[in-house]
Amino acid sequence: MQAFTTLTGLVAPLDRVNVDTDQIIPKQYLKTIKRTGLREGLFFDWKKQKDGSPDPQFFLNQARYQGATILLTRDNFGCGSSREHAPWALLDQGFRCVVAPSFADIFYNNCFQNGILPVVLTADEVLAMMHEVLATPGYQLTVDLGKQTVTTPSGKICTFTLDPFRKDCLYRGLDSIGLTLQHESAISAYEQKRQAEAPWLFTDIPS
Amino acid sequence: MAGKTLFDKIWDTHLVREEPDGTTLLYIDRQLVHEVTSPQAFEGLKLAGRRPRRPAATLAVPDHNVPTTDRRLGIADAISAKQIQTLEDNCRDFSITLFGMNDIRQGVVHVIGPEQGFTLPGTTIVCGDSHTSTHGAFGALAFGIGTSEVEHVLATQCLVQKRPKTMEIRVDGVLSDRCSAKDIILAIIGKIGTAGGTGYVIEYTGSAIRALSMEGRMTLCNMSIEGGARAGMVAPDEKTVAYIKGRPLAPKDALFEQAVRAWKQLKTDSDAKYDATLVMRAEDIAPQVSWGTSPGMVLGVDQRVPDPATMTDDNTRKATERALEYMGLAANMPIADIRIDTVFIGSCTNSRIEDLRLAASLAKGKHVAKTVHAMVVPGSGLVKQQAEQEGLDKIFREAGFEWREAGCSMCLAMNADVLKPGERCASTSNRNFEGRQGAGGRTHLVSPAMAVAAAVEGHFIDIRHWS
Ligand code: SF4
Repeated sequence: MQAFTTLTGLVAPLDRVNVDTDQIIPKQYLKTIKRTGLREGLFFDWKKQKDGSPDPQFFLNQARYQGATILLTRDNFGCGSSREHAPWALLDQGFRCVVAPSFADIFYNNCFQNGILPVVLTADEVLAMMHEVLATPGYQLTVDLGKQTVTTPSGKICTFTLDPFRKDCLYRGLDSIGLTLQHESAISAYEQKRQAEAPWLFTDIPS
Repeated sequence: MAGKTLFDKIWDTHLVREEPDGTTLLYIDRQLVHEVTSPQAFEGLKLAGRRPRRPAATLAVPDHNVPTTDRRLGIADAISAKQIQTLEDNCRDFSITLFGMNDIRQGVVHVIGPEQGFTLPGTTIVCGDSHTSTHGAFGALAFGIGTSEVEHVLATQCLVQKRPKTMEIRVDGVLSDRCSAKDIILAIIGKIGTAGGTGYVIEYTGSAIRALSMEGRMTLCNMSIEGGARAGMVAPDEKTVAYIKGRPLAPKDALFEQAVRAWKQLKTDSDAKYDATLVMRAEDIAPQVSWGTSPGMVLGVDQRVPDPATMTDDNTRKATERALEYMGLAANMPIADIRIDTVFIGSCTNSRIEDLRLAASLAKGKHVAKTVHAMVVPGSGLVKQQAEQEGLDKIFREAGFEWREAGCSMCLAMNADVLKPGERCASTSNRNFEGRQGAGGRTHLVSPAMAVAAAVEGHFIDIRHWS
């Protein structure tokens, strides 16, 4: 996984609440057996007009947001389906950071597994940034994971919190399975103890 | 020492280790796998040269992509076929039990787990699928995970987690005639909103919940995720034990007796505290119909479509305007006036035998309206077989419903069962997101009883007064 330390990047605004993962990447893109190449499906139904041509109103189709690496959005982003294709598609489009007042749980977890930093700021901070992005072509934010800050072009600094373990894994780009496997003896000890207490959980499934 | 909630008891017996900051390595008893969210996990294992730690703790089934028409013809869509083939290959390479597409035990992953006795009280169960919450009906801690975590569980049988908060949702009283678990959970989501449960595990309690059958409890827990909670649970009782007894993968004989003794301890102590509590009365719950593009946009069938002009919160007003435009509905119109084109009875929310029995009892001797296309998709091959033995398929067919093979089908329309743009569907599934059942399709979430009545009448109707 790619580490995340600091990022200064162009911001793209998605001014909607409750954006579900079916919208981030619709079902026809879930048939893949790869993690890459999902950019085409990102916000597939929203980036087109009824006749199938690109919707010039949608941010992904606007020249000023090309190359954006930070997505700014509203409450409960990533709700619904657990599909990890959602962060994969965002990553494929070039987003490394999503800023919102709140996220759905599974999406939030999935971001950390893929080197994307989800940043929770207050609704007021997000609202102010949303106004600024829309009014200011070339609007950039600087996100510093180490210091846990987001800095606006005018120098305003917003701080955010996150779980220290997750932060460390993302900051160093660690392989989380490898970390868990370091506790092999604890897992084995647990299994032995548990098998004695609840032997019915350790019978094999006959095929 | 303060008492423990049901959740606390399960969590505490699954701690492998806990860091001072609360980061927990949680042991996972069982994992379910389907074709859509697993290929990249198996690929990851292969690339890293890792093997599953306990292949016998995992059960796999293809469900999302499978056709619900004649399976002997194979899968027309080459990409779907490849995904299913990949699951078969992976299960063979990693010694994981698979119920293949032509196995009678195949079905929607959240239907077959309980049906086989794979789902047991007091266990931790995960699947790369958000509706894993369904299995909480047995007093298990069951939640959906992403594909990277699927790989993590395969490799280590553990997950890194932080302890969630607990919420009690207590529903007391008696449901109105023909109202069901689906109406309870839709009413709950209407109340707490789609993010109301974020960060919580919900325990459903109260006399109306205890009165539900196991299948009703599965419907209830299934949609916990639609309220933002990753897991929902109901404490096990005699109904739970009776349901599990004799199922193929359930413990047998002395082991079963030993398990039952342990399951009896699985209830919230009287002096335990939840982090939040919500209380509702079953009598207040009308048959529910969703009108918008998020499961929280739901009302009783006796209500009117909301009017954005009366809304003060900017975000809510904008979201409502968008939803009404997408759904092609006018503000203030009575919900009972909404006319539908399609009816889908199926999905991991409502495709079990009791759902089909109830639907058939209401469809019997009636006929689907001329303007409506209606289909019934059983949750598993075994549900289908059972229904056919009881003659339910005949009742449905005579009433003008199509009778299909088991799978996810039009719940997410990854196979050939898709709504056309603008088509309006009364669906017993769990998500009414834009395009969920087909690009431009319009979904109204309802119970099976409401779906049958809508199929017959061509529009929604209050089933409490339907003859
Ligand atoms: S029936 Fe629908 S919600 Fe359930 S597992 Fe299948 S696609 Fe997901």
